[in-house]
Amino acid sequence: MIIAKKKPIEEIISEVENFDRLLILGCNECVTVCEAGGKKEVEILASALRMNFMAKGKEKVIDEKTLERQCDHEYLEEIRANIDKYDAIVSLACGVGVQFAAEKYLTMPLIPGVNTVCLGANEARGLWTERCQACGSCILARTGGICPVSRCAKRVMNGPCGGSTKGKCEISKDVDCAWQLIVDRLKALNKMDDYEIVAPIKDWSTDRAGGPRTVTREDVNI
Amino acid sequence: MRLKLPANFRIVRVPCTGKVDIIHILRAFEKGVDGVYVVGCMEGDCHYNEGNFRARKRVEQAKVILDKVGVGGDRVKMFNLSSGEGPLFAQYSIEMDNKIKEMGPSPIRLAKQKKAKTAA
Repeated sequence: MIIAKKKPIEEIISEVENFDRLLILGCNECVTVCEAGGKKEVEILASALRMNFMAKGKEKVIDEKTLERQCDHEYLEEIRANIDKYDAIVSLACGVGVQFAAEKYLTMPLIPGVNTVCLGANEARGLWTERCQACGSCILARTGGICPVSRCAKRVMNGPCGGSTKGKCEISKDVDCAWQLIVDRLKALNKMDDYEIVAPIKDWSTDRAGGPRTVTREDVNI
Repeated sequence: MRLKLPANFRIVRVPCTGKVDIIHILRAFEKGVDGVYVVGCMEGDCHYNEGNFRARKRVEQAKVILDKVGVGGDRVKMFNLSSGEGPLFAQYSIEMDNKIKEMGPSPIRLAKQKKAKTAA
């Protein structure tokens, strides 16, 4: 899922200071699971903002709403009827949701309430770690299900490099060497022969280097 | 026991302090209270194992938010005692009462009072 992190309240306060009617808009998907922008976080942020402005003697309308998703037309349409009630929207969705809402409501200022971090997994309670960089051409079948693109600092395709020590990466002793993990997994799968195959040069045109990407599917367009 | 307690606080009963969420604490302040204290069981004695540890973390998080929004994180505190310690409950209540009186009314309450006055 998409992993996001709450923005500091003081940053959001400074962004919304000049608006009198605000809608705090949460998203029920990834940001809910990573506890950054779901219904609960919307409630807390709205309450904190209300108190902040009350303490400053300012009268503001701060409403709350959490949509099923902010990256789909149908859910974003739910706020259209009431959109005129607000001067700005603070969206707690990931960057996708914020932008999609901004595209949809052209004259409505959109303020992001979270920092979108990566595509990752919930490794432990309160720990989310990156697993995918959406490079557009998956090589996990060859690398024992461990991704050198997202987990190797150098994105080395035939690793490890010389910076791998005792299973850790040279950038930090807290970062696992992706290629050590790959070797360990290939051994466990009894597929070490695969390790000997030299990976061809990766086609990065499907990555961000090729510009913004789209998926077009005629088969679902019915 | 006929213990003397401050008369200016309201007890909100919860099945376990693990039920207390940040939003419950924030809402109380939004409504204009001057302080909130959460009283949980002794650490290590939670019937649900970690309810009171969760409450402590949430109290800490509420503190940070209250500090940032200008209400004051010191207005919220967590205490631990066992159910047999009535006198300690009374002592904590007095301690909290004194502390809040020292800090004065919450800026939210003052703002609400001011608003009510101008409306009248």
